[in-house]
Amino acid sequence: MRMGNQTFMFEKPPYIIGASSVVGPKEAEGNFGEYFDLRLNDDAFGEKSYEKAECKMQKTAMESAVDRAELKFGDIDAILSGDISNQIAASSFAARGHDAVFLGLYGACATFGEAAILGGMLIAGGFMNRVVCASSSHFSSAERQYRYPLELGNQRPPSSQWTVSAAGAVVLSVNGGGPKITGGTLGKIVDFGVTDVNNMGAAMAPAAAECIYAHFAEAKRTPGYYDLILTGDLGKYGHGLARKLLKEKGLGMPPSFNDCGAMIFKEEQEAFQGGSGAGCCGAVFSGYIYKRMKEKKLNRVLIVPTGALLSKTSSEQGESIPGIAHAFSVEN
Amino acid sequence: MDKTDKPEYPEAVQKEYSELIKKTEPKTPKTKTMLCAFAVGGLICCVGEAVKDVLDKLFTLTPVQLSAFVTAAMIFLGSLFTALGIYDKLGRKAGAGSIVPITGFANSVASSAIEHNREGVFFGICAQMFTVAGPVIVFGIVLSVAAGLIKMLILK
Repeated sequence: MRMGNQTFMFEKPPYIIGASSVVGPKEAEGNFGEYFDLRLNDDAFGEKSYEKAECKMQKTAMESAVDRAELKFGDIDAILSGDISNQIAASSFAARGHDAVFLGLYGACATFGEAAILGGMLIAGGFMNRVVCASSSHFSSAERQYRYPLELGNQRPPSSQWTVSAAGAVVLSVNGGGPKITGGTLGKIVDFGVTDVNNMGAAMAPAAAECIYAHFAEAKRTPGYYDLILTGDLGKYGHGLARKLLKEKGLGMPPSFNDCGAMIFKEEQEAFQGGSGAGCCGAVFSGYIYKRMKEKKLNRVLIVPTGALLSKTSSEQGESIPGIAHAFSVEN
Repeated sequence: MDKTDKPEYPEAVQKEYSELIKKTEPKTPKTKTMLCAFAVGGLICCVGEAVKDVLDKLFTLTPVQLSAFVTAAMIFLGSLFTALGIYDKLGRKAGAGSIVPITGFANSVASSAIEHNREGVFFGICAQMFTVAGPVIVFGIVLSVAAGLIKMLILK
């Protein structure tokens, strides 16, 4: 049911019947360590390149999510996935070899939200019965693509974030039990003219604020409705900005408003503003949030993955960074 | 919410936002970073001096030969510590202190070569080796030519 320009609620909400997360060693040492389903000791995952490792992480997350849903991959109608590598190669290669429709998505670090919402729509609309939604990122493949060689002795500015090596996947189904995706708000591109590639939080914060504001206005809910409202990877500084922007719009956010990126690493892990990357929100949701919801410790959650839609070329040509955010609500 | 024809954000909003960020964004702790850079940069130069003294003792070299030998030795050490995975950790703390000396130049070339090793010798290592060091080399050559021309035409 459409509730406004951007917001909709499902009349028959799809169930999240399985979820799985795969993370690298640094993420495993972070705040959600014990919640992640597979924690790697070797961030290359036994592969020859980090690109191959990321692909294997996403493939493993998808297969184990299907396994946890007590299904076979043959039961899956479609894979909706994306990542932040060029031409979303990790996702295409991870879907290779599976007999399911593949829809590759790109929303930078907001990809997990885009996948979950579109997957939910496919099921709620009666077009598919079971879909897998996944996203991934890898620190080492992202560094070489967006920044510098790993061994280069450069200094990170304190406004920067650390791309997580992680993959998260969920299985959505027309029937079953457990947490449901009840609705969501799709985001528009918001660009406040930030050009600093080392301050992605500031670039994405206006998009997050815009999407969250639209969600509450159109869904006619208040922030108190949710037990937890999580943005994707704004980081500590960006999240503070989003809170400030929302307050200026007259929407005071409760303490339950937090950020996956800001929460994933511990202070002493030197990730500055926190984690980022398409895998960040995916893994935190599939690992931590989903388990807490199954335990009924959390019952109503709003997830707002955020993305910075830049390319290396666009930033080198002096373009500002367009931000995006999509929100989806998960309820027991 | 009503749809508008102009979803673009006015300049005033952008300006206000960029001023807010300029004011509130996390800043580099300048004193600490500069002290760190000074100490590490100085230490690398001390190592260079030590290498020079040792080479001077071991071989009989003219001053020009000696400085060339020291440069080569420092480039070797920079590359070695890059390969051992130490130089990037040093650089994270020292910043310009480890980037400015010639070991930093060696690090920028060696790190790119290591990074692109998986794309093969030609299109990986050889083609990508100078992606970081490229500008330094170009400016170095251009300025050398300019200096040479000035010496030839003006100073004779």
